[in-house]
Amino acid sequence: MSSDLVLNGISKQFSGQRAVDNLDLTVPSGSFFALLGPSGCGKTTTLRMIAGLEEPTTGTIRLGEQEITGLRPYKRPVNTVFQNYALFPHLDIFENVAFGLKRRGVKDFKPKVEEMLGLVELSTYGKRRPSQLSGGQQQRVALARALINRPQVLLLDEPLGALDLKLRRQMQLELKRIQTEVGITFVHVTHDQEEAMTMADTIAVMNGGVIEQMGSPAELYDLPATTFVANFLGQSNLIRATIIGQAEENITVDVHGRKVTVPLPRCRVTEGDVWMGIRPEKVFIAAAGTEQSNGSNQLRGAVVTDVSYVGVSTQYLVKLPWDQELTIFEQNTGARGTFGVGETVDLHWLPTHTFVLDADQDAHAGVEHIDDPGGAG
Amino acid sequence: MSAVGQLGAASAAPPAKVERSGRRFTGYLLLLPGGLWLLLFFVVPLVSLLAASLYDPNGSIESGFKMTWHFQNFVDTMADYARPFGRSLWYSLLTTLFCLLLGYPLAYAIAMKAGRWKNFMLALVIAPFFTSFLIRTLSWKLLLSDNGFVVDALKWLHILGPDGRLLATTTAVVTGLTYNFLPFMVLPLYASLERIDPRLIEAGGDLFANPFTTFRTVTLPLSMPGVVAGTLLTFIPAAGDYINAQLLGTPKQRMIGNDIQRLFSAGAYPTAAALSVTLMAAIVVLVLVYVRRAGTEELL
Amino acid sequence: MTRAGRWIRQRLILVVALLVLLYLFAPIFVVMLMSFNEPKSKLSYTFDGFTWANWQHPCRPYGLCDAVSTSLRIGLLATVIATALGTLMAFAMVRHRFRGRAGANLFIFLPMASPEIVLGSSLLALFVSSGFGGKLGFWTVLIAHVMFCLSFVVVTVKARLTGMDSRLEQAAMDLYANEWQTFWRVTFPLVFPGILAAALLSFSLSFDDFIITNLNAGTTVTFPMFVWGSAQRDIPPQINVVGTAMFLLALVLVLGGELARRRRTR
Repeated sequence: MSSDLVLNGISKQFSGQRAVDNLDLTVPSGSFFALLGPSGCGKTTTLRMIAGLEEPTTGTIRLGEQEITGLRPYKRPVNTVFQNYALFPHLDIFENVAFGLKRRGVKDFKPKVEEMLGLVELSTYGKRRPSQLSGGQQQRVALARALINRPQVLLLDEPLGALDLKLRRQMQLELKRIQTEVGITFVHVTHDQEEAMTMADTIAVMNGGVIEQMGSPAELYDLPATTFVANFLGQSNLIRATIIGQAEENITVDVHGRKVTVPLPRCRVTEGDVWMGIRPEKVFIAAAGTEQSNGSNQLRGAVVTDVSYVGVSTQYLVKLPWDQELTIFEQNTGARGTFGVGETVDLHWLPTHTFVLDADQDAHAGVEHIDDPGGAG
Repeated sequence: MSAVGQLGAASAAPPAKVERSGRRFTGYLLLLPGGLWLLLFFVVPLVSLLAASLYDPNGSIESGFKMTWHFQNFVDTMADYARPFGRSLWYSLLTTLFCLLLGYPLAYAIAMKAGRWKNFMLALVIAPFFTSFLIRTLSWKLLLSDNGFVVDALKWLHILGPDGRLLATTTAVVTGLTYNFLPFMVLPLYASLERIDPRLIEAGGDLFANPFTTFRTVTLPLSMPGVVAGTLLTFIPAAGDYINAQLLGTPKQRMIGNDIQRLFSAGAYPTAAALSVTLMAAIVVLVLVYVRRAGTEELL
Repeated sequence: MTRAGRWIRQRLILVVALLVLLYLFAPIFVVMLMSFNEPKSKLSYTFDGFTWANWQHPCRPYGLCDAVSTSLRIGLLATVIATALGTLMAFAMVRHRFRGRAGANLFIFLPMASPEIVLGSSLLALFVSSGFGGKLGFWTVLIAHVMFCLSFVVVTVKARLTGMDSRLEQAAMDLYANEWQTFWRVTFPLVFPGILAAALLSFSLSFDDFIITNLNAGTTVTFPMFVWGSAQRDIPPQINVVGTAMFLLALVLVLGGELARRRRTR
């Protein structure tokens, strides 16, 4: 509790451009915290301000009792795993890892370095140069070099960005294991939502210099607060609707003439025009005219326009009577055959899987493009 | 919230400001000693050269020179030294051309074809630097001498007449100049060729099929920065050189450098300074015109 | 274009390149050969016979070794001063943002774009007009050499500094190295090859300079001036001994450096 990382009203301006805008953030001690967002959202700038590599234009940063806002980077109990690692090319692996301890005047650093190299499984590589190591090995050296200093907070700037997919998966689990083992606060910057979901206890989704939503991965996925979060974390179907009534615990919305029920706590607004959202895997697809019980929400008369078979699941695109297309994922349980293109189907889902967002937002905010370059944010 | 933000701004801003202006100050401080040296021994001398070019030409080292704003110096020197002046520019133009013709294939081969011999071949280009260039120029005197094997070979091939000679001709002077400044052409050319992605050339080959078209439309335009740098680094020093003309030529091949050197040694400072200033001015004008044309890609 | 045609074209450019290299080396072979020459007469500059004598007694021609020693002293001093000042300037240009950077860049480039005869004569004009006309010698030559080496040092070190990832310095600061330690533990070792290259370049430029030196040397004689002087009269073969020795020394240095580099990266 004593060493929570607290950012208070942090802004950063680069020659007139506002990279981070009045940010408030509390990272609990010992947590694995992810700053998630597309490139240019201000997440890396936030990280660099915590590290002391940039100074905030306004605001304060505290680590426990201590204010560290204006401290030089080497005066902070914070270490960084840099994007592309920034290993010293003129020093061997042992010297790279020992660098921080030596600067702080730790006398007996040798066994500590060897222990740390053991932790990242590079014991026999001490005499090699960084250029002689593979990407995954360099990543582990960068981690060891930072962790050996036992910082109160470890910052990771897109630490897995340079690795291939398989290695990245492996390192995600490895990082999670190490974090649990050492119990240090990790602040992890990434543009990869899957990576953030796999590792972090808490995710803050950033966009345009502000935090859109913060919470556990399940909370964010289950009940996104903005269209950006709904689209950036997984996929969502967002349908234009209007709120027409409120009973005790439910709200009734009108979706192009059909009535749909949403539990009150799942609504961000309670009157006027809204986006009604539903995740693709939460929608059931059934033959036209099938009767549904137990108060499911229903949309009838959709036409299948595309079917892609992806092994574990089938992905449907269906066109609703008002010409909007929805995405639906169905597990291939084998209970029923797949529908073909052109068939008319009914859609239904549980009210507790529905969410309602303010209609003032762009329905396509945060939709990831196939060629999203990612990288520095 | 904004109140806290304001508070944070108040506490964070002052140190940031001090640091930033501090770093800017450091920049000037680092520049100071070297900049001062260049100011004192490059800029001030140029000004005093300009001043010397306007002194009364009738003075001498013993009696001193008087500043008489004697612009006539420029008219007189141009009348007397127009021929070596024009010759200097003509020789340096030829030299630049030959350096480009010889240097381009060499730089291209090192950058694109040398493979693991790249560093070695690059070292070979620089290596001649380490033998004094005066000695190397003297060697050319020997190589091109009337009974040397180059002359014999050219006679045998009937390129040279039976009583033809190389030494003490324009050919010898330009050969020497080309030789001396070739590395200055090769190095920048290499630097810009090496930066070209080989895939671009492959793509060119894929699209045009003809390697010469590929060279003309892809490789050459991409190496233009190197061509511009190389031609400048060759042309400028060649225009002021007098050693090749002195050792390999005769008074008929005399360049403007020879005259400037001779006049300075003889103590005719105003005339020599006027020639120097004219040379510098001519080079500045030529370079500006050239760079502007190269910049708009009208060159070649 | 057939496959065979392309094969020839690719080899052709290598053949042309080797011929150009041969052109670059032709006079050096002559210098090496002539260092073993036993001239029949003082005025002869043709190969008359083989002897080890020139290598055994390189200092025999009057003033040769004094000239070499003068050149070495000027070269070393000029290299130290120019490298130090130029390195500072390169750091300022790459690592600091300040008003007038573009102007400073042009200012540093200009000496490289001026013919030597102009640089030399303008310095002479300054020395004469400020009353040093009679004191030309070691120090005026040194001043001139530092001046023309400076720009080359700045350009060389700048190239190395620009290519350096600034995140390495940030990483050092992050790992508890203060500004001073960051400079000596990370920045300097990484820039050092550039500084070394700049120093080598300075030395070779200084040792080899004739045109500027000749105008500002007064009665002091550097090695190139000695060569020039003897070219007007007789050329002692020992000059070629010095030339060959310098060449071999440089070759050993360069090859040694390359070997060390290869070993380190292996």
